[in-house]
Amino acid sequence: MNWVLNNLPLIGERTLDHLAIAVPAIIASFVLSVPIGWAANRYRWSRGGVLAFSGLLYAIPSLPLFLALPAIIGTGLRDPLNVVIGLTLYGMALMVRATADALASVDSHVEQSATAMGFSDWSRFWKVELPLAGPVLLAGIRVVSVSTVSLTTVGAVLGIKSLGLFFTDGLQRNIPGEIYTGIVLTILIAVVFDGLLVLAGRLLMPWRHAVAPKTSGATARAERVVTT
Amino acid sequence: MNLFADAIAWLLDPAHYGGSNGIEVRTVEHLWISLVSLVIAAAIAIPAGFLIGHTGRGKGIAVLVSGGVRALPTLGLISILGLTIGIGVGAPIISFVVLAIPSILAGAYAGFEAVDRRTIDAARASGMTEWQIVSRVELPLGLPLLMGGIRSATLQIIATATLAAYISGGGLGSFIFLGLRTNDYSQMLAGSILVIVLAIVFEGVFAVLQRLVVPAGVRAGQRKDVRSGSPRSRAAAA
Repeated sequence: MNWVLNNLPLIGERTLDHLAIAVPAIIASFVLSVPIGWAANRYRWSRGGVLAFSGLLYAIPSLPLFLALPAIIGTGLRDPLNVVIGLTLYGMALMVRATADALASVDSHVEQSATAMGFSDWSRFWKVELPLAGPVLLAGIRVVSVSTVSLTTVGAVLGIKSLGLFFTDGLQRNIPGEIYTGIVLTILIAVVFDGLLVLAGRLLMPWRHAVAPKTSGATARAERVVTT
Repeated sequence: MNLFADAIAWLLDPAHYGGSNGIEVRTVEHLWISLVSLVIAAAIAIPAGFLIGHTGRGKGIAVLVSGGVRALPTLGLISILGLTIGIGVGAPIISFVVLAIPSILAGAYAGFEAVDRRTIDAARASGMTEWQIVSRVELPLGLPLLMGGIRSATLQIIATATLAAYISGGGLGSFIFLGLRTNDYSQMLAGSILVIVLAIVFEGVFAVLQRLVVPAGVRAGQRKDVRSGSPRSRAAAA
């Protein structure tokens, strides 16, 4: 506890460093996954390849990925950008699959009705498919958010600033309090992000409660798909 | 690409084979650490998952535990265990067990849950004992999902076993951490390539294995049913 009180400014700084890596990675993985997931769902022939590739990407361990990225994109070894890009790729590996499944979960009768009502492909996607795929997308991005926040700490092994530095430093200097602080704050950020995502889901999808029993099966399936 | 050429050259250098820090020694170490962690995790998670899946109780706790563990940073866990029980292979193994339990647990109970309630009722009606229902009906039908859980647990462990070297636990991470300390990027990259290749090989092996464990009857008929949602809750609602 003493350690925490003596190092409050440092804790604040590391928390911000952590957020500066995790937040862009989570947002980028979501934004980039939607079009890819859409294409994988729309063009059936691409589905198998895209999903196999994202599965393979997810199999690549994080630390080796952070180390290999500088050799591929020419960044410095201790550049936080490596972690941001690495975590974005990871997030995408999960999210592309979740997006494809989410869009596939939309009832095809609804899609056809929307077309019959005169929706163009573009507005049908934004006004019908995407909102209806929302609950499964939300389940996917929640998993991505938690794992991204947790994996951000791995960069500390390379000296990249995040809450993970409390682990490496605490181990070297034999300060358990420092390590516990890092663990608690990482979990806290993950929990807060999860809460914010759930809240955003409630605000953006107010109809979700009305159809909850029907969508819960698909949501559970998405959760299972991304965890297994 | 020159950096990769250097790394490949490092991998092909005969000086890096043999001895206590040889590539093959570290690979075996890596696999050994992973296997021990996986077996311990499976020994805990599979019976627990079957119990939850068979009785239908305690699912809330299992979901909570799985979610909580996912947020737990493995590096932090290894660090604190390293301080508590000392440097070496013990702390990483405990961490990897903790890491692997949620995936296996989820696979085990999801597998049990996915079995159609009517199939179980039919088994009971034809005179099977409770144990026979578990071992001859629920287990084979739930095997694909359980296998999926073991697959992701194995991949997670093999990936994270890289961190064992962080507290002198050995494994392929040794090259990465030695390279970091001596500023030898070729060695780091070579170590990374080794871990990545190992992970991809296992991903491939499990993809095949997961196909093989699907019972013939299931593959022929209701494959889609086994993988989707939860027929048990649907049957209960109907």
